[in-house]
Amino acid sequence: MKERASPVFLERRSYRQRRLMDAARLLPVLGGLLWLVPLLWPQRTGSPAPAEVEAVATSSAIVYIFGVWIVLALAALFLSLMLDGKAEAQGGRGD
Amino acid sequence: MATLNILIAVCLAYVALLFAVAFMAERAALKGRGNWLRSPWIYTLSLSIYCTAWTFYGAVGYAARSGLEFVTIYLGPTLVMIGWWWALRKMVRIGRTQRITSVADLISSRYGKSGLLAVCVTLLAVIGITPYISLQLQSVTLSFSSFAVNDPGGQSLIAGYDTALWVAVGLAMFTILFGTRNLDANERHHGVVMAIAVEAVVKLFALIAVGIFVVWGLAGGIGPMLARIDASEIGQWQMDGGRWVGLTFLSAAAFLTLPRMFQVLVVENEDERHLRTAAWAFPTYLMLMSLFVVPIAVIGLEVMPAGSNPDQFVLTVPLTQGQEGLAMLSFLGGFSSATSMVIVASIALSTMVSNHIVMPIFLRLTQGGASGPSDVRHVVILARRLSIGLVLALGYLYYKISGGGSALAAIGLVSFAGLAQLLPAMMGGIFWRGATRNGAFAGLVVGFAIWTWCLLLPGFGGGVLSSGLMEAGPWGLSWLRPHALFGIEGMDPLLHAAMWSLLLNVTVFVLVSLVSFPSPLERLQGAQFVNIFDHSDNPQSWSGGIAQSEDLMIMAQRILGPEEVQSFFQAEAARQGLAGYLPEPTPDFLARLERELSGAVGGATAHAMVAQIMGAATVSVEDLLAVADETAQMMEYSSQLEAKSNELTRTARQLRAANDKLTQLSVQKDAFLSQISHELRTPMTSIRAFSEILRDAEGLEPKDLTRYASIIHAEAIRLTRLLDDLLDLSVLENGQVNLNLRDGVLSDVISHAIAATGTDMHVMRVRRTGPASEIVLTTDHDRLAQVFINLIANAQKYCDAERPELTIDVSRRGGRVIVDFIDNGSGIPPHAQGMVFEKFYRVADRQAGGAGLGLAICREIMGRLGGTLGYLPGQGGAAFRVSLPAAQRMAAQ
Repeated sequence: MKERASPVFLERRSYRQRRLMDAARLLPVLGGLLWLVPLLWPQRTGSPAPAEVEAVATSSAIVYIFGVWIVLALAALFLSLMLDGKAEAQGGRGD
Repeated sequence: MATLNILIAVCLAYVALLFAVAFMAERAALKGRGNWLRSPWIYTLSLSIYCTAWTFYGAVGYAARSGLEFVTIYLGPTLVMIGWWWALRKMVRIGRTQRITSVADLISSRYGKSGLLAVCVTLLAVIGITPYISLQLQSVTLSFSSFAVNDPGGQSLIAGYDTALWVAVGLAMFTILFGTRNLDANERHHGVVMAIAVEAVVKLFALIAVGIFVVWGLAGGIGPMLARIDASEIGQWQMDGGRWVGLTFLSAAAFLTLPRMFQVLVVENEDERHLRTAAWAFPTYLMLMSLFVVPIAVIGLEVMPAGSNPDQFVLTVPLTQGQEGLAMLSFLGGFSSATSMVIVASIALSTMVSNHIVMPIFLRLTQGGASGPSDVRHVVILARRLSIGLVLALGYLYYKISGGGSALAAIGLVSFAGLAQLLPAMMGGIFWRGATRNGAFAGLVVGFAIWTWCLLLPGFGGGVLSSGLMEAGPWGLSWLRPHALFGIEGMDPLLHAAMWSLLLNVTVFVLVSLVSFPSPLERLQGAQFVNIFDHSDNPQSWSGGIAQSEDLMIMAQRILGPEEVQSFFQAEAARQGLAGYLPEPTPDFLARLERELSGAVGGATAHAMVAQIMGAATVSVEDLLAVADETAQMMEYSSQLEAKSNELTRTARQLRAANDKLTQLSVQKDAFLSQISHELRTPMTSIRAFSEILRDAEGLEPKDLTRYASIIHAEAIRLTRLLDDLLDLSVLENGQVNLNLRDGVLSDVISHAIAATGTDMHVMRVRRTGPASEIVLTTDHDRLAQVFINLIANAQKYCDAERPELTIDVSRRGGRVIVDFIDNGSGIPPHAQGMVFEKFYRVADRQAGGAGLGLAICREIMGRLGGTLGYLPGQGGAAFRVSLPAAQRMAAQ
């Protein structure tokens, strides 16, 4: 039904909008994955307990976590500027 | 003492400022000058009520205890916010189109406007949020006492007054004043939102100011700060992976389900486009809020004496460094965080309590809204005000009873885990059409029960459950121990409870949804919620019924107020083209009225009230049509497919027919070619043979010479005639013939034809009958004569009667002129009758020297002249009928 409601091929502009919507949907997934990365860092008390490996310093962790944060905010800013209102109206129909 | 007095003065001045801001914002909105109130920035700032005093004070304490784990509380909302395209956009659209007033209203509306579900969600929210409110009261009290530590007089002052009580009373007043000004929850609380936005700026500014003071004032810059962080107790990355993921998830869930977040995210939303600004601005706000938490915690751990409460570092670090002004600012930040949260949470909770608990009870007691003397409007407002008082009183009581939990953050997380139980019903409701009321209810009850058992009761005031119960489980059932469900021990209690409650909640929700069957209203609402972007304009429709518009008006006036209702009804009547105040109770009008009402009393109540007047809570035919929408579309689609396939079949058939015809034409062409070459060859053969005799034979008799020459001549003439005929035929067939139209009498043409054939009356008698001389034709007389000549000549050639006779009969019949040529011969045998008009057909064995093209040419000519030529059987001989349109005669006159 959705296939019927929307044409198979779109104009270049609508096509671009659809891909931006895809990006908007994927952004939180990317953010979630990036923020899972710290769990892989070596820990003193972690189950692998690599005694010889130095645990990551909190300052590095802060730089990483807040760096990801800033990148995500900038990406969201970019997407919110690029996605136009008309596309939003059609967005729910899916693609 | 001086410090504390100044503090109290500043605090009161700040509150006065907030009152003024709220008041001015209300005034501006009232006068229509409130465009700036509707900016996306105000919206984004109002979202900051997520950052409560828990955030402001608690995050630093949290960081001092567990390092970077505190940040998970902000990561969840950040992910939800930048993923606005998934859920928030849909929730906001649903909230706006369905006039949703609260999270309970959302869930109850989705599941068929179920009152039971609304009550259930409301209770869960009240139970979940009350500790949270008490947490805010506690933090304000604590911050007051932090100031009083160095001030013995102040301490006695603090001891003499119950700060928490005064704060609670003050907040209740503010909330009642600005939060219940409008009855319609969908009319935005501009004053409240504006005050919250101001508080959001104050708390961000305060925290950043303290952070800057700590980093650049105490630590000496970013580099030394980072070094000191690494050197501190929390200087190394240590994280429980389960808590990291679990808390991020819980905070994300709570961001969506917390009543106060729903209030600012959805209910107070002015414009869907504000979301796109908030999508990046709010994560930035959260990032800034948490940026300086670790530095403050680290410096606090360094400079503060051991054993001091890390939850108060934001205040106490500037205080111990002699920065009274900064500490004051910091206090205002914390105060802002606490008050804004309490205000919005109590508005949200009071809306839920009054709409889903008080109003239904009241309506039941007074036997419905249409009758009874009381003014429902006042009842609603009163209910809401009482609910606000009740919520704050509960918060205060909890604070008193629990005696103030040691770690602020723990209470917050318990609350988060409780509210997260709404997530399955909510997300399932807006993304899954199969979710049913029973499923949602069962899931909620299960999740709520587990949360209460495993998290709320053990934590309540240091544990209301006896240690024996905790150790051995109820009735000795060890697998029911609150911290070790199903015998799985050693988990973090919070994660344990959250995991089991949500897991079983989702499982039960899905299973019950799968096996139960929803009511029509539920299915309708489900379709509208899930496909909100497809049809977001018409949420509900009523039809039929014998609703009296007057009754509706009486009922609506009690709720919305007379002026508004009268203008609404008048506008509706005008829309229907009626004068006066009473429109026809059409489905459209009833749907709009219900939506207006639901803004005031919630969807379920509004539905019930209109239903009471309508006679029954019916689902109209139109509703069912909406449910059947998908089916209809599918059927339409399949019928289109069918039509398309039929068309294809038809085209294929046509193609096949065209192919057959082409094959046939090809065969005809071959036959024609072989025929014509045969026809050409016969005279050529005899010409060649006789000319060879003339050339080679010697001593021929002159008589023979003449005879042979005559044969050659005759054959050449025959050949010429054949070629003429072929040429004539091809010209006619190609339509290239030029007709020489003129007027003339039919009898002249016939006479001309008879004369041209040189018919000897002795050989064949020609009889002419009919009014030929009266008929004037406008046609090509030469061509017509050619046809007649051919027919007469044929009669001469083929009539085998003893005394041949040809009758030419002219008549007029039905607007046509008919000329019959009938001879008295044996006629044409039936099998040949259809063939005589074909090219090269000759009635076989008779040698008459024709090429067999005459009749074919005649038929072509008649076609060009607009007439027909056909064989007329059953006339006692060969009979041909020429028919011409008489209109040409008329045209001539």
